[in-house]
Order: sequence, then structure tokens, then C-alpha cells
Amino acid sequence: MSSEEKFDAIVVGGGLAGSAAALTMARAGLDVMMVERGKFCGSKNSSGGRLYGHSLEKLIPNFAAEAPIERKITQERLSLMTEGGALSFQYGSDKLENLKYPSYSVLRSKFDKWLADKAEEAGVMLTEGFLVDKLVVEDGKVIGVMTGGEEFDADVVILADGVNSLLAQQIGMKKELEQKDVAVGVKEVIELGEDVINERFGLSGNDGAAWMMAGDPTGGNLGGGFIYTNKDSLSLGIVTTISDIGRVDVSVPDMVERMKAHPAIAPFIKGGKLKEYSAHLVTEGGLKMMPELVRDGVLVAGDAAAMVVNLGYTVRGMDLAIESGRLAGEAVIKAKNRNDFSAESLSVYKTLLEESFIMKLMKQYQNLPGLLEDHIIFNDFPKMADEFAGMVYKVDGGAPVALPMIALTVLANNGGLANLFDLGKKAWEAM
Amino acid sequence: MAKMSVDDKLGFDKFVTDEHESHIQINEDYHDEAEIKRLVMACPANLYHYDDGKLVFSHEGCLECGTCRVISGGKGVKSWKHPKGAMGVEFHQG
Repeated sequence: MSSEEKFDAIVVGGGLAGSAAALTMARAGLDVMMVERGKFCGSKNSSGGRLYGHSLEKLIPNFAAEAPIERKITQERLSLMTEGGALSFQYGSDKLENLKYPSYSVLRSKFDKWLADKAEEAGVMLTEGFLVDKLVVEDGKVIGVMTGGEEFDADVVILADGVNSLLAQQIGMKKELEQKDVAVGVKEVIELGEDVINERFGLSGNDGAAWMMAGDPTGGNLGGGFIYTNKDSLSLGIVTTISDIGRVDVSVPDMVERMKAHPAIAPFIKGGKLKEYSAHLVTEGGLKMMPELVRDGVLVAGDAAAMVVNLGYTVRGMDLAIESGRLAGEAVIKAKNRNDFSAESLSVYKTLLEESFIMKLMKQYQNLPGLLEDHIIFNDFPKMADEFAGMVYKVDGGAPVALPMIALTVLANNGGLANLFDLGKKAWEAM
Repeated sequence: MAKMSVDDKLGFDKFVTDEHESHIQINEDYHDEAEIKRLVMACPANLYHYDDGKLVFSHEGCLECGTCRVISGGKGVKSWKHPKGAMGVEFHQG
């Protein structure tokens, strides 16, 4: 051991999972170091931009009063899009205004920095701008990390190093990501001004909108588009499953341009100025792609542990990251009390996860990724919606067609009921 | 908003580029055209090109997403690491 000091715990990665873990342990008096490869915590992070607040609420009650949140989401939009059309759905209600645990749009470089600062205030030693090159393993037990050419030792290392957790891969806890299990998200932050956003989306004050799109933005590929309103900007982007890239002749960056040029989107971003362009992987494989979570002296949390659920109309990762980080921290506190950091002792982390909403969600939706692999949802549904609405709202002096006839015509044009029946059956089985 | 090139978009990002070493190494002898086409299409920063039958890459402007590593399964992309600490892309919005 080259360093004088041995930490109780070293957290790799200063994102939401890492900071939640570090904060939890520091509050219990543990000696914690958190190592972040970016110049500051949050500087490598990007996500669509919606945080469901419930799990952070447990860690920092009423966090929204002090955290750099953008807006509280009170308006939900969903669009099925074809190249020229969109069938949209908008929901606003006092039910969304008065949720006990609202969701918020956030910008991660600001938000993650704030949470890391909270951890630092609680006593965490924050080491920013250092990449952990490898884990130090002795007799099969993780005993520390190598960074900046120096070794730092700890009783436990928590890997919260994100979706590209090369460290978990290095020691064999995690396999390389597979194309069908991950999507790439590409995003622009577009400045518009607060008043323009309020006017275009029909919002006031701190209220915000979340808008998901399926169909055209990705050329019918698995995935979709999103827009979240920030205070004075929009987070706009697409998410597309990697195995689908090349299925249609549209490159990933062009999907963003295609979305921005769509007649249903273009008016909302008119006059906007680009502030930042980012990209990030999103795990979509669910339960079956989760890595080993515990070994002697090491735990894995957040994106590194593939704790993301894609429900089609929303993708949740941040609230799972925060909860898993907190639980990893709790597990280390318990292990410290026993002075036993073996896999067996640390496996209380798995028990805590099982009892939490995380594993309930991951299990409930374990078959959903397979269902969402069906192109009917991303390609045929938007097309059918467009045909249906196009026929319903067409008045051209010709003979009007009654609603049921239109529905049947659209169905017949798109493979009939058999396709839908198959999909319904799969959906039933997936639940 | 007017159509923008990827290069123009990257101009709005902050980078601290490692001038000495690329964190991504490609296999220049890789010639599976169908797979190379997918790799070229996949990169959000448009850093992969297929010129005169050769795969070409520059790490300057890399958004560090990992898509190229996953899509090439160890073939077109030989090795993929994170850039050194405090180097590479630096998001201020995120």
C-alpha cells in the first residue's frame, strides 16, 4: 500500500449512484473517497432529462427547493409519428400538479455536480479529474484502485462508473454490452428563452412538459424521440437501439435532424440556438443483462449495474441509480459494523435491492424488452395511426366513411388482426 | 432551426483533447463493408469514415458514448478506453 491512508470505501464515479452512495456512507461517519474522471462531477453525464423525485426525496427531503432542477413536469405528451404526420396525445391535470413525488426535468452537468457537492459537504473526499485505470485485486478480493499512477486502498470499492463500466468488465463481473441490449441517445440542448417555451407549450411558471415520440424520428427503428422543457431551453433528442442501426438508411446523427425538421416538431424549436450536443448509451436489456452485483470487497450500482427500465412511454434510470447508490451505501455501513467485507457480508446489498422498488420493477418488466423489440410498435403503429387519423379527418366531398369502416380498412392494409393479436398475446405474457 | 452539420454541433461543445494518444484504437485492416457502413452511421459525432476502402477515425470530438465499441464487437474498433482524467469532452449542460 503506497498511500498512508486506507479508506472505508472508495466510490468510482461521481454521478447520481456514486454521490448517493458516498453521501449515505459519509453521513454514517465512514471515511469515503469518491473518484470522478471528469473535470467535475457531471461533466461526462447526459440523459434525456427527467428525474422521478421519489428516491432522492428519501436522501434529501424536499430537495427540489435547493437543487438545480429545471422544471416540474406537469404536462405529458406522446406522439406516434410518420414521416409527414403525427397523432398526438396530451395530458395535463391537477393530478400531475399535486403529485406527492413529482418528476423534474434536469440537466445532468449541473444536477450531478450539486449532488456531489452535497456528498463533499457531508465529509466525502472528492477527487475529480482522475480516471481509475484498474482495480487492485488481492487473493480474489478487491482492495483498492489505481489512479494517476497511485494505489489507494479501501475496505470496499463501489463501482458507480456508468454504462461503460470497463472496471466491472475487467474483473469479470460484467460482460461486454450487446447491441440488442443497449441504445444510443443523442441529444441537443436548445436555447429558446423561458417565455417562448411557456407560450409554445402552454406552460406557466415552473411547470414543464415531457414529450415522447415513437415512429419517424428513428425511421421506425426501435427507440424514439424526446423533448423535455428546461427553464429556458429544451432537451431534444433520439434514442435508437444499436442492433437496429443500419436497418433504415438514416444515420444516427441524421435522426436528430430528421426529428427537428418534422412538421410536428419544427414550430416548437423555431429560432432556437444550440447550446450543447451530447450522446450517451442507455441499457435496455433489463433484468437479464444485470451483472454480478457483489464480490469480495466490491459492489456495483446504477447504470453500471444496468438498472434502467424502458417502459416505452418513459425511461427510468436516474431514480434507480439514486436508490441503488443509497442501498449500496447502507450495505457497506452494515458490513463495516461487522468488520466483514466479504461477498457474503456485502450481499445484504442484494437483499436491500430485492426489498426495494428497483428489483420489483426490473422483475415486473423483465420480458418487456423482448416485446419492445417488435417493430410493429415503432413502425406499424405510427403508420396505422397516421392512416386512421388521415381518413377520419378527411373531408373532400367524397362519400364519408363511418369510423368503424376506417378502422377496419387501416387494419386490413396493415396485416390485419393477426399481427395485433400476436402482439397482444406477447404483451400479456410479458406482464 | 436551420439544418446543422455534426461538425458545427461539436463546435458548441467543450473538449480537452489528448494530443498524444487516442483512447480508441481502430483496426485499419478491417474490410467488412456492411459492418463498416453501420459503424460510420452509428457514431453520433460522425468520426468514422470509409475512404478508399479504408476505415478512418479521429478521436477529436468524441462524445465518449461507447456506441462504436458495442456495434463493432471487437472488430472495427480494436480497443476502447476512457480518455485520461479531465480530458475529452466536458459537458456543461448534460
